[in-house]
Amino acid sequence: MPPAPSPQFAQVDELTTSDSAADFSSDVPSELAEEERREGVAGLSPFRLGLRRLRRNKVALAFGLLFVVLVGACLAAPLWADYVAETGPLTNHLSDKTMVDGKEVNVVGLDGVPIGPTYRAKYFLGADENGRDIMVRLLYGGRNSLMIGVTAALLTTVLSVFLGLLAGYVRGKVDTAIRGLLDIIWSFPVIILGVALGVSLALGGLQLGPINIAGDSLLIPVLVIGVVYVPYMARPVRGQVLALREKEFIEAARAQGASPPRIMFSEILPNLASTILVFSTLLIANAVLLEAALSFLGAGVRPPAPSWGTMIDAGVDRIATAPHLAIAPGIMLILTVLALNVFGDGVRDALDPRAKVRLDH
Amino acid sequence: MSGGEPILDVRNLRVSFSTEEGDVQAVDGVSFQLRPGEVLAVVGESGSGKSVTAMTLMGLTRSPNARFEGTAQFRDTELVNATDDELRQIRGAQIAMIFQDPMTSLNPVQRVGDQIMEQITAHGEIPEAQARTQAVEMLDRVGIPRAAERARSYPHEFSGGMRQRAMIAMAVSCEPDVLIADEPTTALDVTIQAQILQQIAQLREDAGVGVILVTHDLGVVADVADRIAVMYAGQIVERGTVDEIFYDPQHPYTWGLLGSITRVDRDRPGRLPAIGGVPPSLANPPEGCRFRPRCPHAFEPCTQVPDLEQRGASGSGHVDRCFLSAQDKPRLREVDGQVGLTTGSPSA
Amino acid sequence: MTRFVTRRLVQMVVVMFAVSVLTFLIFNVIPNGDPAVRMAGKVPTETNIEAIRQEWGFDENIFVQYGTTMKKVFTGDLRSYFTQLDVDEEIVKGIPRTFSLAIGAALLWMAVAVAFGLYSAMRAGRFADRFLTITALVGISMPVFWIGALMNYYLGFKLGWFPNGGYVEFTTDPVGWFTHLILPWTALAILFIGFYSRVLRSNVLDTLNEDYVRTARAKGLSERQVMVRHVLRNSLIPIVSLWGLDFGAVLGGGAILTESVFDLQGVGQYAADSIGQLDVPPVLAVTLFGAFFIVALNTVVDIVYGFLDPRIRVQ
Repeated sequence: MPPAPSPQFAQVDELTTSDSAADFSSDVPSELAEEERREGVAGLSPFRLGLRRLRRNKVALAFGLLFVVLVGACLAAPLWADYVAETGPLTNHLSDKTMVDGKEVNVVGLDGVPIGPTYRAKYFLGADENGRDIMVRLLYGGRNSLMIGVTAALLTTVLSVFLGLLAGYVRGKVDTAIRGLLDIIWSFPVIILGVALGVSLALGGLQLGPINIAGDSLLIPVLVIGVVYVPYMARPVRGQVLALREKEFIEAARAQGASPPRIMFSEILPNLASTILVFSTLLIANAVLLEAALSFLGAGVRPPAPSWGTMIDAGVDRIATAPHLAIAPGIMLILTVLALNVFGDGVRDALDPRAKVRLDH
Repeated sequence: MSGGEPILDVRNLRVSFSTEEGDVQAVDGVSFQLRPGEVLAVVGESGSGKSVTAMTLMGLTRSPNARFEGTAQFRDTELVNATDDELRQIRGAQIAMIFQDPMTSLNPVQRVGDQIMEQITAHGEIPEAQARTQAVEMLDRVGIPRAAERARSYPHEFSGGMRQRAMIAMAVSCEPDVLIADEPTTALDVTIQAQILQQIAQLREDAGVGVILVTHDLGVVADVADRIAVMYAGQIVERGTVDEIFYDPQHPYTWGLLGSITRVDRDRPGRLPAIGGVPPSLANPPEGCRFRPRCPHAFEPCTQVPDLEQRGASGSGHVDRCFLSAQDKPRLREVDGQVGLTTGSPSA
Repeated sequence: MTRFVTRRLVQMVVVMFAVSVLTFLIFNVIPNGDPAVRMAGKVPTETNIEAIRQEWGFDENIFVQYGTTMKKVFTGDLRSYFTQLDVDEEIVKGIPRTFSLAIGAALLWMAVAVAFGLYSAMRAGRFADRFLTITALVGISMPVFWIGALMNYYLGFKLGWFPNGGYVEFTTDPVGWFTHLILPWTALAILFIGFYSRVLRSNVLDTLNEDYVRTARAKGLSERQVMVRHVLRNSLIPIVSLWGLDFGAVLGGGAILTESVFDLQGVGQYAADSIGQLDVPPVLAVTLFGAFFIVALNTVVDIVYGFLDPRIRVQ
């Protein structure tokens, strides 16, 4: 759903540097070097330029840091579970009692309502309908959600780049076939396709050659989400490959006798890097959201395994009596996705500065 | 055909842009005049500031990070500090502009005739039917066959040359006094170039339009221009009539430009003549004469900034920025039997 | 032009066929295990499984299976093994609800997105732009089912400003129909507003840099004329096809989350309810339904695009 970034590379316009810099007529290398030293030709690659620009974007960096902090917190889930809350994500405490403000209360009340946030070590954010510690489940759920999101995004990236390169460079029948496949996949509403795959793979699992994946494995959502998003990235990649392959440096490589695989991977692929970078960041955000949506519907992570989506699902059912069940995972989800989106935006701006230079009138 | 009081008087125009790399002085003290019916060619390479100068006259370079100094007097209006309203009235109606790439300069999703009509109705209450007739007439006047049909076509259905003619038609449809043509032939085939230049020259004949022709190609201007201003690194380095520039050029950069025109009527040179070195950074121009780092004839006085003044004997309007003495210049500019620039390493 | 339209229509049919094949593969071929068992749902019994195998032809070859499946879907012979209800009937019942949600939300999100996007672009770099950008980013980061549930609870239930979910037939009570849809429309629109306002902003900023905009100014047009006749119009054209896809998706049940949270009983929710029981027939039917909608709308959009941007017709 989010938009494709402009495929063109950063182009510094005529006002700042002269593009007749290629007008060398000194044919002695030492003269050339002397000239360059005197004129101070800056040798910054687009990536170094981009990095410099990114470093100046404090907001994007801050959100990038936020994402790292969130990931770190989730990765540290076992630490919190073992040392602070002293319970696991799957451990029910339905009939337990705990101390709150000096008073002893039921973890889950007699009316079925669990306690809210205590902001103490145990039940920091309260308990859920089965008496499980929400903070612990939140962190473990985050591990699952993030693992699925990142791995799915990785899968999508690999498949998209591969298919996009193939389709864009080889063209002809291969391109038509790949494009046809992508169009068909993209013809389904993303969430419906995710649901369809999730439901049909839930019972029997999947057999990929010799590998048998169980229906309730976390790999199933990874595969589902990973495949569903392939058209989203493969088409822009293909588009850019189509544009790049007409450029002269490709012609030069061909004239040097480079084979197609070599051209694809050594010449074209590095130039796709900025597109890939921007898209991957956005992909992770989308994947995490899709996982939450699928789990919310019951077509993603299967209970009792925690994920932000399943927690929101349980929370929405009890929103009248125990709103904290839904609010906590929702906020975590929003923060994570927002952090990725803002950072991804910053990366895109940094690699395509044309977007910032505007002349009114 | 040309002559009389100048219709456009530019004095000491300076334009700078603040960018990531610092302040860039794109135009640094440019002055010239344009008389009715005359063609002034502004010649220079990319980055010389010629396009910025042209666009500034129309107020098209205004932006938050641009600074302007100097004046450009057009009739009663001073253009550099004109209000938006004043500019709007002048644009299209009194000063019109055509740009380098006619494919991207026309709106791809609107018919060509409609775009010309838009120009016509922008300045005056003209009923649509009449505007349409006028638009077709303009297309016909610039030599587009079957103009009525063609008016209903889209830009991508025109050839490059026809598109540029359509742009010209659009630009002159309100009978402006000045036409600014920014590299009008650069994006076109060489064979079409001549036709377009011919078209522009015709305008001068028919309507007494003053033309500022911005280009990097001296060869293009020989037939069409009355006067030439050579720009380098944001400054005018030589200015004079076309005869003065071609037959008595005073600035080494001009010699280099003239020398690099490949000529059919001479023997082929041993190697393609070119001007050594690279143009200077406009954020950090060299001290003194800006051409000094690339000039094989640079000598001690060149560390001072040369003013634009008359040094030669030819005309009172022929000015340049070179400290070399007028006696030495004819000798220095002879390379292999014609005007050019030697490629020895620069001294000083 | 007619050649263009015919070509697109033929393409549409081909894609729909391919879509049906893929749907069939997803449900009957790709997953591991016995399709009859899968079809029987969460709690299969031996008799069930055998009956299903007969009915769907699972012991025949793939082509027969495909034929049988498609025949069942299109002749209304599809029955849910869990609820025993006719699937196609249930879908038809849900259509007016899904459509009401989709059309209202689509109009809302387009209007707001264009306004925000244009304003953002014109004030690019300044505070208003940054503020709107952050808002948009938060909008696309927000899970619609979460914000919808919260809105429903706090604004609907607790504060009572809006009805607490559910759907009212337009024919029964137009006002009620409207008030019940306000929250769902808003919840669904938030996500799309965030996305489309940024696409429009980006398009407008790109268009502002185009040479023909410079020409328009050089012609002496007022800033407003330049903005509307050249910038906005050209910026909107690429958005039309995006919008068509998303609109098609929502029409086809892609608003499954919003429908569920607000209990609108539309086509999407029908699928959502079936998921818990792993009830395959409804999910199969809704999947086909959704995809067909997107393909159909995509074709319509392409044809409209052909009218708007004459360069496309040449391809």
